[in-house]
Amino acid sequence: MTDMTTPPSAPPRTSTHIKITAETVDFWYGDNHALRDVTLSMGKGKVTALIGPSGCGKSTFLRCLNRMNETIPGTRMTGTVRLDDRDIYNGFGDVSQLRTRVGMVFQKSNPFPKSIFDNVAYGLRVNGIKDRQIITHAVEDTLKKAFLWDEVKDKLSHSAYMLSGGQQQRLCIARALAVRPEVLLMDEPASALDPISTTKIEDLIAELKGSYTIIIVTHNMQQAGRVSDKTAFFYEGKMVEAGETTQIFTNPQEKRTEDYITGRFG
Amino acid sequence: MTDSNQGTLPFKPKSKLFEGIGSGIIRVSAFTALIGIFLIFVFIFKEAIPIFTSEAVQETASLDKMVFKQEFREGRDPLWSWAPNSRQPKFSLMPLVLGSIKAAVIAMLFAVPLAVGAAIYSSEFASKRWREFIKPIIEILAGIPSVVLGFFALIVMATVFREVFGFTYRLNAFVAGVALGLAVIPIVFTVAEDAMTSIPQSLRQAALAVGANKWQVSMTMVLPAALPGIAAGVVLGFGRAIGETMIVLMASGNAPLTTASLFDSIRTMSATIASEMGEVVVGSTHYNVLFFIGTLLFIFTFIINLGGDLILRRIKERIQGKVT
Ligand SMILES: Nc1ncnc2c1ncn2[C@@H]1O[C@H](COP(=O)(O)OP(=O)(O)OP(=O)(O)O)[C@@H](O)[C@H]1O
Ligand SMILES: [Mg+2]
Repeated sequence: MTDMTTPPSAPPRTSTHIKITAETVDFWYGDNHALRDVTLSMGKGKVTALIGPSGCGKSTFLRCLNRMNETIPGTRMTGTVRLDDRDIYNGFGDVSQLRTRVGMVFQKSNPFPKSIFDNVAYGLRVNGIKDRQIITHAVEDTLKKAFLWDEVKDKLSHSAYMLSGGQQQRLCIARALAVRPEVLLMDEPASALDPISTTKIEDLIAELKGSYTIIIVTHNMQQAGRVSDKTAFFYEGKMVEAGETTQIFTNPQEKRTEDYITGRFG
Repeated sequence: MTDSNQGTLPFKPKSKLFEGIGSGIIRVSAFTALIGIFLIFVFIFKEAIPIFTSEAVQETASLDKMVFKQEFREGRDPLWSWAPNSRQPKFSLMPLVLGSIKAAVIAMLFAVPLAVGAAIYSSEFASKRWREFIKPIIEILAGIPSVVLGFFALIVMATVFREVFGFTYRLNAFVAGVALGLAVIPIVFTVAEDAMTSIPQSLRQAALAVGANKWQVSMTMVLPAALPGIAAGVVLGFGRAIGETMIVLMASGNAPLTTASLFDSIRTMSATIASEMGEVVVGSTHYNVLFFIGTLLFIFTFIINLGGDLILRRIKERIQGKVT
């Protein structure tokens, strides 16, 4: 057995293999204590899957990693999140700079009511890039990366709503990739899609891995098994167990993990 | 496993009769409204027909005479003049149309930036509590009777503006336009705010997630997406500004001038009808012309409102993704 579980008490801070770490993170929505003492490190260029029953705090945890939780009024967080060893909550500076480095894809595809081109270009423009040539190049480049170029290259000026659901979600991935993030947070990116579109998204994740650090929330155990290197199991706001995906699925250390994976609850 | 109770709930077959009656009633009321509008148009237009048919009427009030400058005395410059009660009645509509447009344009210039700004603030920046405070207050403005607004303009605004700007005429297009703007603000605000709040939250999150700040989200995502809705509000507001009567009657000075200045008195189409219809001799040329003005107002506002409505429908479809 190859136990690669990171000991939660001492995350290897200086390790070049680690991209993001969360240390003793607690999170509240008003009085609702949604995350309890979560410590987890996520490997550089790796795919980390977050699994667990509904309401256990996976999305909440994900939003702690790009400070999207701050946009929800009445919330509070304690603990530390580090990106490349830098605390993203204290002394990091501009939050929009953080979000260009840590991108996010949502459960329901949410393209803007704009053209396909403008959707991808949006992140560049709001971050001050005006040069048309740079933008045009970046849009093409990104759409190719998202395996969408061939399908949309003749209709870049069409509304994004013309695309199918699966295409819209890949457009949203392209939109997130356009600002060249280092980390990509994906909250159930394929849960609203048909099997073929889901496969395309999974292929895309496999392709992006290596160049991007990906953290993906999924309810689909097979999907977690297929796409991820590391899996973390959440339960009632706690991170119960994390480890190499094969280990979590074949030899979980915790009874609750095993029960969840084998489908006894959740 | 099958449930032994399957198919045993006492569902009732739906009554075809009630469905029929219900949809019948709805259809009848829709038609009644349509017929009502149509009849109003017919009755107004009927009284204006002599302008097109009667030679006696056309002598002073032909289309040509109502639109183009007329030479009323030999050697004098031709001019547009509305003087229905003078010894030589003059029925040029231009002073009235110009007056209506002046007042409405000033009203829009004043109201649209304020209303749209307030809508952006309320929808994008205000806390929930502030918003629940601002929104009803602005909407209450819509409920103030226009005679009250007119009274306020006549007594307070006109005096203050004269002190501040030193107007020659106390009552003028500017005073009337600003007062009219007060009546337009809530219309534009309500429609614009609805258009912006109907932009799904998930889109704002997506914009924030690529590094936009709140200001950028409002200006580069929400505002463009809501633009057709805002335009619809502006159009509806313009319809109100053209048709509104009481405020302009009280605050505009009611002089049918055709000057370019925004600070001279004006007289609008609506105020002309309101002030002259009571004394006009039924069946006279003047009477016919007043009804013709009414017809024009009807057509203007109808087209404007129709346009606003079409735009509004388009935005809804666009946000739901039906239209490219
Ligand atoms: N915006 C919010 N405001 C208030 N409470 C919230 C909010 N979002 C989540 N919560 C609460 O926080 C807890 C964790 O929710 P979260 O969405 O993180 O769970 P999840 O694991 O992502 O669930 P799911 O698998 O259903 O998406 C839940 O109790 C939920 O009710
Ligand atoms: Mg979730």
